[in-house]
Amino acid sequence: MATGMGFGHAETSGAAANRAFKAQLNKVYGWYTGGFIAFIVVLAVLEQMGLPRNYIGFIFLLATVGLYAGIGIMSRTSDAAEYYVAGRRVPALYNGMATGADWMSAASFIGMAGTLYLTGYGGLAFIMGWTGGYCLVALLLAPYLRKFGQFTIPDFLGARYEGNLPRFIGILAAILCSFTYVVAQIYGVGIITTRLSGLAFEVGIFVGLGGILVCSFLGGMRAVTWTQVAQYIILIIAYLVPVIWLAVKQTGVPIPQAIYGMQLQSVSATEKKLMDDPKEKEVIAAFKAEADKYDAKLKDPGAALEADRAAAEKKVADLKAANGPVTEIQAAEKALAALPKNVDDAKKAWTAARAANASRAVPLGGMPPHAQIFAGNPNGDEKAQKAFDVSRRNFLALIFCLMVGTAALPHILMRYYTTPSVKEARQSVTWSLFFIFLLYFTAPALAVLVKYEMFHHVVGASFASLPDWIGAWNRVDPSLLSVVDINKDGILQLGEIKIGGDIIVLATPAIGGLPFVISGMVAAGGLAAALSTADGLLLTIANALSHDLYYKMIDPNAPTARRVALSKALLVVVALIAAYVASQKPADILFLVSAAFSFAAAAFFPALVLGIFWKRASKWGATLGMAAGLGITFYYMATTQPWLRGLFGVTKPIALWWDIQPISAGVFGVPVGFAVIIIVSLLTPAPKRETQELVEHVRYPELKLAKA
Amino acid sequence: MQLTEKHRQYWSKNLRITAILLAIWFVVTFVIGYWARDLNFTFFGWPFSFWVGAQGALIVYVLIIWYYASYMNKLDREHGVAEEE
Repeated sequence: MATGMGFGHAETSGAAANRAFKAQLNKVYGWYTGGFIAFIVVLAVLEQMGLPRNYIGFIFLLATVGLYAGIGIMSRTSDAAEYYVAGRRVPALYNGMATGADWMSAASFIGMAGTLYLTGYGGLAFIMGWTGGYCLVALLLAPYLRKFGQFTIPDFLGARYEGNLPRFIGILAAILCSFTYVVAQIYGVGIITTRLSGLAFEVGIFVGLGGILVCSFLGGMRAVTWTQVAQYIILIIAYLVPVIWLAVKQTGVPIPQAIYGMQLQSVSATEKKLMDDPKEKEVIAAFKAEADKYDAKLKDPGAALEADRAAAEKKVADLKAANGPVTEIQAAEKALAALPKNVDDAKKAWTAARAANASRAVPLGGMPPHAQIFAGNPNGDEKAQKAFDVSRRNFLALIFCLMVGTAALPHILMRYYTTPSVKEARQSVTWSLFFIFLLYFTAPALAVLVKYEMFHHVVGASFASLPDWIGAWNRVDPSLLSVVDINKDGILQLGEIKIGGDIIVLATPAIGGLPFVISGMVAAGGLAAALSTADGLLLTIANALSHDLYYKMIDPNAPTARRVALSKALLVVVALIAAYVASQKPADILFLVSAAFSFAAAAFFPALVLGIFWKRASKWGATLGMAAGLGITFYYMATTQPWLRGLFGVTKPIALWWDIQPISAGVFGVPVGFAVIIIVSLLTPAPKRETQELVEHVRYPELKLAKA
Repeated sequence: MQLTEKHRQYWSKNLRITAILLAIWFVVTFVIGYWARDLNFTFFGWPFSFWVGAQGALIVYVLIIWYYASYMNKLDREHGVAEEE
């Protein structure tokens, strides 16, 4: 499909060469986009002619992963500047696209619209946080880092803060946040390949991993950049097409972003109706009764367990005595075997069941009304006022963490080293945000249109004739989608659907009744998003280890070839470890991603910004500031987040500071980081003159000085 | 090495535009976010603060970055610190 030139080895410099290079890129990617569209059309025709769905899924999987691998092979390199920063000649527009793909991860593509679907206004924190952060990148960091012009973020810390200690803390923080983030990407790859191909989840992970590795392994930043551009084109087409299709279907207007205000009003009206619907109330009462049943059992778990066991044994005995059907006897025996083994197990299982049922005994299946801004009520009673206050505070705190984290994630900042000049670095941020904006601008529309579709076509369907996507997703993972006719009326109520945010986007084409080829395309888009981010992250980790730790700290005389080879080897090792962790399905993926943002925000942002804007910031200030910011963020999360509490065996009661959720721990880490850097810097001697001159150097794109 | 007056002017102009744009960024994000419940009037079919969160703020962010890039590229040339092409 792609014609294979363009990524060649011509190493000429200068404006004319850059222009020719750009023209060639335009041609290659123009053909590529046309080729992709033709590919979709051909598959659509084949589907109409009766090509089975499994084949379509496989074709998408193989074609896209093969394409990325192909680009990787064509751009293979062992040259350090090419491997680390793509030869520093990526034009602003293309660096913008690559950054867009690098940035938009499985969480953005798959998860975000789902979060918006489930939480309404509250989910907009992710939309604003993950775009507004680019203002900080553009105004405070990108042009200066480009002028500095080395290879990694720890490079900057090491040079600006005079030594290996700040560099070392930078390495640790870069690995910590990139690794938590990459695990989430690989998990997303697993979900998609499972859905596309029907392979087992664990196998799916390793298939996707192959695609990631071929690319970053062979060609480093150069291959990753050109693959990411290709991936951006696929993912944006895949995201926009189904939403436009839904908009046309519902309203006749092909611009979903402009018309979903109307659909939102309709959704809000339906929500009011559903809240008063007697059938929905029946469902809520039924879940409440279930929860109460477990509550009663928990009052005296020992006796309840005895009673359960006696009843189950009696049933088996009765069936056997009556010579009942074999299947029924087997079912009864299974039920007996499935009873909790002892009182402790029973307590655990019943507490979980009570919570699960109680969480569903709420209006609208637990979703707040879509357009409702914050929980609670500022004019209500004291409890409602507090709920409002806490919800607003957490909303703003989350935005803050996501924004500052955006401006501190090493794999994003690293991208601005690859442009040819400071001027292009600035323009490149504009392009990055523009390309990200296209998707983020559409996600809230997608959430509303899907909700409209669910309210009008799925809720109220008969259990006898449920749409087949429900069964298909239920087979992938029941925790992602399950339905139960709890009030036994044969009709699906909203309260009877339990849907995970992670499948909303992937299921959108099916929910809207679009051809399967669109489902395949969306899955391929999600795969592109997850793979492109994983590429960038793995490269960051491998570079932190090979370039910063090995070359700069352990063996400064290591030849280039050995450094690049080491980086490649580390890439494989890190990828395998990450895939292993992801295959364990760690508890909470959204939390992992957000944790990465809080870590990055607290560790890097204060040290980077003060390093550029305050010459007085000193080595010890930065070292202690980074350690303190990261430390306090980590401490807060470890003591308040259930999964981490389990991991570290924290047992004391949860004490939230100002009711801030653990997801926003960076809101404490960032100010502490700034404060410590400023105070310690003022107490220690000013940086050396050469360091201060370095700061001058990064502040001006071209500094021609008269010697004093 | 010695910075000239022109360099100092360049840097202070840069700081000024950075501060102004960051102030706009702050107002759009956190001030409107804080008063979101009160700014709930209908705006082309959306509740206003919902629209700001979903679209308005994003448009402002893109404009801020675009304006900064073009302002600074001009400033580079005026103060003789632009890169040679």
